[in-house]
Amino acid sequence: MLSKRIIPCLDVKDGRVVKGVNFVGLRDAGDPVESAKFYNSQGADELVFLDITASSDKRKTIVDVVERTAREVFMPFTVGGGIRTVEDFREMLLAGADKVAVNSSAVLNKQIIADAADKFGSQCVVLAIDAKRCEDGHFTVYINGGRKDMGIDAIEWAIEAEKLGAGEILLTSMDTDGTKNGFDIELTKAVAERVNIPVIASGGGGNVTHFSDVFEKAGADAALAASLFHFRELSVREVKEHLKSRNIPVRLT
Amino acid sequence: MKKIGIIDYGMGNLHSVKNALDFIGADSFVSDDVNELSQADGLILPGVGAFPDAMARLSETGLDKFIREYVKTKPLIGICLGMQLLFDKSYEFRECEGLGLIGGEVVKIEETGLKVPHMGWNELSVVNPSPITSTLKTGDQVYFVHSYKAIVKDRADLVAVTDYGSEVTAIVARGNVYGCQFHPEKSETVGLNILRNFWSLIQ
Repeated sequence: MLSKRIIPCLDVKDGRVVKGVNFVGLRDAGDPVESAKFYNSQGADELVFLDITASSDKRKTIVDVVERTAREVFMPFTVGGGIRTVEDFREMLLAGADKVAVNSSAVLNKQIIADAADKFGSQCVVLAIDAKRCEDGHFTVYINGGRKDMGIDAIEWAIEAEKLGAGEILLTSMDTDGTKNGFDIELTKAVAERVNIPVIASGGGGNVTHFSDVFEKAGADAALAASLFHFRELSVREVKEHLKSRNIPVRLT
Repeated sequence: MKKIGIIDYGMGNLHSVKNALDFIGADSFVSDDVNELSQADGLILPGVGAFPDAMARLSETGLDKFIREYVKTKPLIGICLGMQLLFDKSYEFRECEGLGLIGGEVVKIEETGLKVPHMGWNELSVVNPSPITSTLKTGDQVYFVHSYKAIVKDRADLVAVTDYGSEVTAIVARGNVYGCQFHPEKSETVGLNILRNFWSLIQ
């Protein structure tokens, strides 16, 4: 049975983990590679690095992070944030990333999904969608870090992205993100039912039950959390032990 | 000093394999040159991408003939697409002949209600023990990403399988030829141990 994946997300700015907290046994909380190794020791299945570096002259710092991680951590990892061109894909893949996530740039230029899939294979093209409920109950796609509503239906966008060649959907609910009240079951289910590629649910995970819910009720393939793991409110292992107790297939190391 | 040659034929990310070999202390080099590769004590055929493109590259460069000769005396392990290329033929996009080192064919994964690609960590069941799986226990999990699967002609070539709707070939071995459908270089300790076993094999 294929295991459901638990994916910690690291926000990286100028090559450093944002809001670095000194975990026990962590030499340098701000070093993304140290954090990656820490999550690895907890049994994380994959990692996502989200680069939130604002200034373009410091954007190369993420390449260094990816290269160093790839030399020490032997599980799949995804890099996202600021990916605009097929050349950006190539740079991240050559540095050692397994997958690259695109968000705003794909909304503005769909062709990047098809071009990247054609060049490097669908397996490394992750479409990140930030979605929010509108008054009529539909979910629309936001870009630029959730600042701009594009008025595009999120579920239709996921379906289209699969056709274009995306290999996975990283779906963040802006309604639940940061609330710790649970993943967005309705949104995740709506997307997971309509696409035939894996869906990673993101936003709202606050306790172990939220994780089992998103797998059992929404049919997610993976669940992602950032601050929850980052601030050690929960460990990846605790989440997995709970899932196992619910007979949800997981990888326990 | 023994060395592993990683075959560079322009398909996919060779750095992950090189990184993993560096990490386990196995000496290795990346090359597309037949003369250089022939000096290696063992070869790795990596690969991400489409089967017909990969076979075209191997035949353009003469690497296909070289590999067939090489494995008569020394071991080779194919990873992911590299494993699929070891088979007689594939139906990815169109019918296309492979290296023919292991009997069987590569077909699309089509399972009702299951997503394609088969992506993520899945359990291995050992069918026929092999030197490269000496560290492996049934139930160990490894990382898969693939949309096509290999069907072996002779079950004696099957070392380990996984389950994705139906049985999926995970590890094969025939003489000096080995193959992993999953990515040992991305499967943490379980995967790194398989690479260590391959390294031990050539000592």
